[in-house]
Amino acid sequence: MRNVIEGSKKAFITGNEAVAWATLVAEADIMFGYPITPQNEVMHYWTRLAPKHGRGFLQTEDEISAGFTVCGAVQAGKKAFTATAGPGNVLMQEPFGMAEAMRLPLVAIIQQRGGPSSGTVIYSQQEVTLTTFGGNGEGHRVVYSTATHQEMYDYTIKAFNTAWKYRFPTFVLGDGYQAKMREPLDMYNPADKGIKMVKPYPLVGLDGQIGENREPQHLNNIYSLEEELYDAVLEFVKDYEAMTPDVTEYSADQCEDADIIILSHGVVSRAADDAVKILRSQGIKAGSFRPITLRPFPSQELRNVISNSNAKTLLIAESAYGQLDRLVKQEIYGETVNIENLFMPGVGIIDYDIANKVKSIL
Amino acid sequence: MMVAPVTPKSWYLPSKPHKFCPGCGHGIVLKALGEAIDDLQIQDKTVFGCDIGCSLLSWDFFACDSTQTHHGRTTPVMVGIKRSRPELITIGYMGDGGGYSIGSQHLLNAAVRNEKVTLILVNNTNYGMTGGQMAPTTLPGQKTETSPYGRDPEETGYPTKGPEFLAEVTPEGAYIARATVSKYNQLRRFVRNALRNQIDGNGFSFVEVLSTCPTNWRTNAQQTWRFLEDEMEQYFPVGELKSPFGKGGAK
Amino acid sequence: MSLVKIALAGEGGQGVQSVAEIIAEAAYNEKKQTIYIPNFGLEQRGGVSIAFIQVSDERIGAPKFNKADVVVALSARAIGRTNIYSDENTLFVYDQGFKVNEDEFPKEAKKIIGIPAIDKANQELHPRVFNVIIMGAVIGLTNVVSFEAAKDALENKLGHKFEKNPNLRELNYKALEIGLQLAEESLKEGVAK
Repeated sequence: MRNVIEGSKKAFITGNEAVAWATLVAEADIMFGYPITPQNEVMHYWTRLAPKHGRGFLQTEDEISAGFTVCGAVQAGKKAFTATAGPGNVLMQEPFGMAEAMRLPLVAIIQQRGGPSSGTVIYSQQEVTLTTFGGNGEGHRVVYSTATHQEMYDYTIKAFNTAWKYRFPTFVLGDGYQAKMREPLDMYNPADKGIKMVKPYPLVGLDGQIGENREPQHLNNIYSLEEELYDAVLEFVKDYEAMTPDVTEYSADQCEDADIIILSHGVVSRAADDAVKILRSQGIKAGSFRPITLRPFPSQELRNVISNSNAKTLLIAESAYGQLDRLVKQEIYGETVNIENLFMPGVGIIDYDIANKVKSIL
Repeated sequence: MMVAPVTPKSWYLPSKPHKFCPGCGHGIVLKALGEAIDDLQIQDKTVFGCDIGCSLLSWDFFACDSTQTHHGRTTPVMVGIKRSRPELITIGYMGDGGGYSIGSQHLLNAAVRNEKVTLILVNNTNYGMTGGQMAPTTLPGQKTETSPYGRDPEETGYPTKGPEFLAEVTPEGAYIARATVSKYNQLRRFVRNALRNQIDGNGFSFVEVLSTCPTNWRTNAQQTWRFLEDEMEQYFPVGELKSPFGKGGAK
Repeated sequence: MSLVKIALAGEGGQGVQSVAEIIAEAAYNEKKQTIYIPNFGLEQRGGVSIAFIQVSDERIGAPKFNKADVVVALSARAIGRTNIYSDENTLFVYDQGFKVNEDEFPKEAKKIIGIPAIDKANQELHPRVFNVIIMGAVIGLTNVVSFEAAKDALENKLGHKFEKNPNLRELNYKALEIGLQLAEESLKEGVAK
């Protein structure tokens, strides 16, 4: 594959466009997608760029098909991805479940919009539960929650490597703001930053002659007996737990001497960082914690931050009504820190929202 | 003395005897498919996909790379494989429920796009594996678990004639046929033509096969054949509805 | 009566579930607490078919259990599948007509009993009532229901077939009796392996 970008390129573009470029430099072979706001531009850019670089595209008849065509393509050994939002994300849980069951390196970019149902086309953080634990499985997925365009670019590249190395469906969880806003970022070829792209390999359509130098591959996702399923799921657990230390990411700022820690993810963490600055300038000792991977969740890391901190209170701030809150509580069960909430479902959160809430608590 | 039958080279012997019911037509269809794969020498580059339902029992039937999908989703998985690896020969195998009900959206659109996949749909007028519920191809008056008093077309419409509508919506290059397990040589010929159509890169290929289900029809051997030949074959005409190959068939 | 746990296993289509249903129905009609749960593979015919039946005077808890009081294997394959439900208190019953792999018998059992149900069915009655002979045997071994209750439940389930062909009624009742006899004989002699 020839270089998509010459050297490093500074750009002032939308998040959707950044995603499209990132998938290109990540050597994605093919995209399957279906129109839904606010991720449509990922397809618009891909359809314009892809033919110049010998990549493929199909707009399918619905999101279910988009998800299953990706499943087929990765089984055939090609790097495939899709993008969706809201009700499209709901439909894709069926193929995402198949990817969990068959350990397929599926990559999907989710640009959250208001929910439930058609909600809004604008923004939310209301697809956390769906993206982390949707479908009828145990949530054996990797979910990166990005906050900036640079991260949308970086983590889209990383998502392909994570997916093809560990074989869990891997998601880049953005939102409508990140999708549509413009901000600067640096685009680069992974090789220039010493990032080696994992090569894909087929699960069906292998080389060789059946019976002579290889066996036929028989892939399935249904079992006859309870015990077979139990064994299969426990294998997933084993692999997932082995992967967790390598993949988990988070960031924490000024938590040690904080009286209160603001916990948020994605774009809201930008407001949280600003809120910390505002509060500190006013003499209030605030800190922030941000899970970057929602799955696997940085639970041990959060527990460590809590135990090394003065803070008696966590403020969980999200543009949803409790999806991050539930996720955190399940992960830090047993911690006795007080938990407060700032829930603004489908609505953007700014620094003063958080700062004012902190003041009302303390 | 028991003589073992000659089985196609592309059959996977460790999974035999197969799991289909006595009297089921799947075994016949899969034999025709196996012989066609052997004849065209495509065993090594075939990817075989099956649906949920009785077709799923074919997941390890062939000595070909195979993948079992979700109900109604075999078509898009095959499309995904073919679009990303056009050199592979993709065969999607499903029933009348998977193809004409939950999967009809995908079937219709794959046909309209003339996707270069080969789909084989086994029509036994009911949902077999789940216990015999009414299906899109259940005949008027036919009793099933969810039409215990007989299918009423006023309530539930008339049986789906899949090849007929696919022939209408597909462009030139598509191959559309309906076969029956009661005419084996023709069945094998149609299946071979369908695969040839994909190998030649002409377009979408589809074969519906009328088949038997004595278990859910609750018929004995004689009644089973009578239902197939006297009723099903009268309602669903057998033959090639659309073919890029002339009278001589595909080479 | 205290809790009795029965596991029946065979190939799909042999009538394992039908027999289990009839026994459970009979127990219910005798005002006992009873739970029956089927466990089967994907195929409509062939494949695994296991039935778990529990009968008691007291309320029954979980539908499945670890170890059974009686296990009956109706096919050779079923032996290997059900040996896990056998411990030192279990009567493990199989049909003498099978070609059995000795390794598949349970390591622990109170008694491993072979009964000639298939032979009896083929020679004296009809292959179709093999499962009813087994039913009789289960009742004989466990006494979970009375013979009368079993006959009534059988009539309930198959009555419509008996209407069409009254010989079937005779046949099925005979099968039930033969099953009971086989059970009695086996308990007396302690026929093993």
